[in-house]
This record gives sequence, C-alpha cells and structure tokens, in this order.
Amino acid sequence: MQRKQRLSRNTAYFIPYMLWIVLFVIAPVLLLIYQSFFDINGQLTLANYQTYFSSNTYLMMTLNSVWYAFLITLATLIISYPTAYVLNETKHPQLWLLLIIMPTWINLLLKAYAFIGIFSQAGIANQFLSFIGIGPKQLLFTNFSFIFVAAYIQIPFMVLPIYNSISELNPSYVNASRDLGATNWQTFSKVIFPLTLPGVKAGIQAVFIPSLSLFMLTRLIGGNKVITLGTAIEEHFLTTMNWGMGSTIGVVLIIAMVIIMLLTGGGKRRTRKGLTK
Amino acid sequence: MKKLFSVILALFAVCGLLAFGAKQLQTTSGSTGKKVLNLYTWGDYIDPSLLTKFQKQTGYHVNVETFDSNEAMFTKIKQGGTSYDLTVPSDYMIEKMKKAHLLLPLDKSKLTGMHNYDPRFMNLDFDRHNKYSVPYFWGTLGIIYNDKYVKPGSIQHWNDLWEKRYKNKVMLIDSARDVMGFALASMNQSMNTTDPATLLAARNKLNRLSPNVKAVVADEIKMYMIQNEAAVAVDWSGEASEMLDENSHLHYVVPSEGSNLWFDNLVIPKTAKHFKAIYAFLNFMSEPKNAAQNAEYIGYATPNKRAKARLPKSIRNDRQFYPDSQTIKHLQIYKDLSPAKVGLYNDRYLEFKMHH
Repeated sequence: MQRKQRLSRNTAYFIPYMLWIVLFVIAPVLLLIYQSFFDINGQLTLANYQTYFSSNTYLMMTLNSVWYAFLITLATLIISYPTAYVLNETKHPQLWLLLIIMPTWINLLLKAYAFIGIFSQAGIANQFLSFIGIGPKQLLFTNFSFIFVAAYIQIPFMVLPIYNSISELNPSYVNASRDLGATNWQTFSKVIFPLTLPGVKAGIQAVFIPSLSLFMLTRLIGGNKVITLGTAIEEHFLTTMNWGMGSTIGVVLIIAMVIIMLLTGGGKRRTRKGLTK
Repeated sequence: MKKLFSVILALFAVCGLLAFGAKQLQTTSGSTGKKVLNLYTWGDYIDPSLLTKFQKQTGYHVNVETFDSNEAMFTKIKQGGTSYDLTVPSDYMIEKMKKAHLLLPLDKSKLTGMHNYDPRFMNLDFDRHNKYSVPYFWGTLGIIYNDKYVKPGSIQHWNDLWEKRYKNKVMLIDSARDVMGFALASMNQSMNTTDPATLLAARNKLNRLSPNVKAVVADEIKMYMIQNEAAVAVDWSGEASEMLDENSHLHYVVPSEGSNLWFDNLVIPKTAKHFKAIYAFLNFMSEPKNAAQNAEYIGYATPNKRAKARLPKSIRNDRQFYPDSQTIKHLQIYKDLSPAKVGLYNDRYLEFKMHH
C-alpha cells in the first residue's frame, strides 16, 4: 500500500517533465514530420523526399554538412583531449574548468562578431601576420576561419565530458600498467584512452550533432562560401516559404543525428561490459 | 523538503517581482491605454524624434516593433495574435498580402496629404490607385565601390563585376531575388522572368562570377564596406547611403541598363484596431516637413515630392540616390511570383551559392 502511494507520488513528480517533453520535444518533431509530407501548395505528397534524394544540390549539401561537422569535431577533439588531460593534473581543475566554460556565457552572435573583428583586413590576426613578416592574408570567409570559429565555440562541450571521464579514472589502473612495464604510450593507448572513451563519445555527440546544422556562422564567418543544410532550411522557411521542403531537410537531419547517436552510443555499453569483466 | 519548498517560494517571488517590474516599465513608457498606435516596421526605419513629435501633436503613443524581412512580417501577421495597426511591406509583398486578404483598404476621405506625393511613385502595378498603400520610401539596387581599390567611373554596368581584376573583391547581398535579378538585368532580361531556361542561364552566368565573389552576406556588408574590407558590393541604395555617410571613399552606382526599383509603403494590416491614430499618423508622415526630416535621418529616397524640395541641395541633386528619369525608366519593380516560381529562383540561387 505504502509502496503504491510512493509510486504514484513519484509519477506525480514526473508529470512536469513529461509535459515538457511532450509539448516541446515530441510534438514539434511530429509536426515537422507531418509538415514534410506537404508540398508548397498544401498537397499531401512524398515529392519533398523525392526531390531531396534526387537533387544533386541537396545531396552535395548533405555531404558538405557532414564533412564540415566531421572536421569541426576532429579539430575540437584534438584540442580538447589534451586540455582535459592536463586539466586533471592541475592543482585547481575546477577553476580552469570555469575559465573554459566562461565563453559559453557569452552570446554566440557576439562571439561571431568578435571574430569578424579579429580576422578582418585590419584585425589583430592580420596585424600579427604583418608584424612577423608574412603580410596580411584573407582570413575571413575561408574554410579555415569557419572551422576555427566553430571549433572555438564547441570546445567547452567537448572538454567537459572528457574531463569528467578522465577524473573518474581510477589512478591505480595507470599505476598498475606502469608497474607491469608498459611504456607511456602503451599506458595511454591501452589503458587511459579506452577507459575515457565514453567521455570522448559523449563529447562527439555534443559537438557533431549541432555542427551539422550550423547556419549563422556559415554566413557571418564563412561568407556563405560554406553551405550547409542549415542554410537551406533557413531559406525554405524564411524566403521560399516552402515549409514542407524545409521540414524534409529537418527530418533528414534528425535521422542523421539518430544514426550518430546509435553509432556512438552502442559502443558505450560494450566498454562498460569490458570494464566489469 | 522544507528547504525545497522555500526555494520554490523564493523563485516564485522573484518571478513575480520581475513581472511587476516589467509591467511598471511598460506603463511608464506609456504603451498601455487607448491612445496608442502599433507600428510594425523595419529596424531603424523612422526618425525617433518624429515619434515624440507625433505624440506631442496628437497624443498618440507609437509602439514600434521591428522585423527584418518581408516574409517574416507576412508570417507574423498571417498567423494573427498580433495587433499591428500599420506596417511597411515592400512592393511585391503588398501584392502578396493583398492576395492573401491581409490588408484593409484606405479611407481616402481621411487622408489629407496624398497630393504631396510624386505621381511617378503612385498608382503602380502592385497597388493600382493606391487603394491600400501610402508610399514611404523608395530606392534601387546598385553597386557600391571603394575608390581606394577601384578607379572612379570604371564600374558603370553589371557586366563590369565579371571582370578578372575584381577577383575575390565583390560582396553580394544574400537575397535570391536581388542576386538573380542583377544577373538577369545584365543579360537584358526581365527581373521578373519565370522562364526556367532564362533562370538557368542567369545561374550559369552567376557561376562564372563566383571567382570574384568574396562573400555572400547580409547586413554585415555595411560594416565591411565602411572598414574597407571589400572593394565592391551589390546592395540596396538605403544601405549604400548609410555606408557613404561613414566612409567618403565609397560611391554608389545604379547601372543604367536596368536594376530593381523598390518601394516600401505604409499599409493597414487586417489586425489594425486604432483607426483614428492610423490616419493621424499617415497624415503626419505625409506632411512635407516631417517626411523631409525622416528622409534626411534615414537616408533613403522620399517619394514625397514636396518633402524632396525641402531637402538640402546636396541630397536632392545626388544622382546616386535620386537617379535621373532616364535611369528610372529602365528600373523594374519586382512582381509577386507564385510560390513555385519563388522556389525556382531560390533553387537556382542556392545552386550558385554551392558553386565554387
């Protein structure tokens, strides 16, 4: 009896969250899927999907989006992993972590505009390049600057999960590996990295998925020389008013994200199992 | 449990306080009460001192809300739930709103200033006999160049943009209709064409422009041109006039072979409620003195003939912003195209953006 009561109370606590999920996660996704089956004249059709998968433009754009998201994720990972590792060794990791997270408190648009200032012809970056004798270069509107800024913005989301998994790592594993004669590299590649892989995977999810649909940066920093699916969605919703096609691209993106989740999530359980063994 | 309860209570108290504060702020700025006018317009599109003057003269307080694209404005008004009394769509959007029955006709008997307007800018295709709209500003699409990098006078026509020496020097405004439009104009085609083959040809021509294109951006063009970041840009005259004010090296050209002529007109959306205030405002803005002040502040060209006469000579005779009638004759106003045709423009434009 008591147990039953407690159970119902627990369900009651759950209601606000469920309401939130239903209203702001499930309902919009369903609406999006529903919309994607209508063409520009409001006719029920599969034509949007047909257009998407038969058009070189959209397929190229998809490839582009995935490729850039991959590059951004890679750049972020290369910077974040050593950072998180060093962070764990420092005396005041929480303080350093705070400093890394701080930029996320600033609005994305402001950060983008700050980078416009830094990368512009008369900006600090070019002043430095002239100072060391290379001379000013075109930095804005290049693939490099786009990936640089996107990686800068995503770094905190990669550092956090990796740092968590590194700090949870039991140091006795590392010590044992060294005692048993493993080299530094072996310790890292056979012990530390596999044990922190869940953090890396969580970080990849947190970075790759939003990177797929970046669109504001593609214009502000990339000067629309980098076109991703986000650009097409914006155009379909705001200019063409072809909500059906915009939704279709949205659905494709969601499916791509689910695939990424499955790819990176499936391995997690395996490593857990490996650990308990 | 008690602690949790007090935290929740504290949260509610903070929310309540904030709500109260917001309400207080709103009442002090006077948005409540009956004597208001809800104006829905483009960002920074009216001289704020005119709003104060209007309130002093008539007692109506103007609430200004802004939009950044015709389409966004259209969607918001169509979906309802708003109470805008006046809005300022562009030509083709007036046509579209008319078709969607989102506009209320003007009561001409209540308008006192219509005779101030230049007849060239009245009774146009998008609104015959000005049944729904009062002209507010007009302008063109053209080329801005920086005389530090480009010899003055060497850019006169759209085709000049394709020249090799402007490699990676041209910035374009991120707008399908305008970019496709100038490509069409450069081929002596109508900027309203719906012929798929012509649009394809325009895209192919644009693809050849892409080595010269430095970036396709939006409002930031203004900042870049002022900071000498790019040599050449394609943008609207209103934006250009703001750039020219900030950087004396910049010049604006409307290609004589043809370009876009656009209008932003005041209209009454069907969500309007405060009709007395609406007509008071329309008449107020038609007064030459006020229209001239507004034109001087915003920098766009005024369709108000008598207001133009009051402007300083340097503005009035500026061929960049008040082109001669010979050029005006070649300018084309965008027509409202069917959604499928708009889609066609956008698809070709997207393909051009994808092309490097």
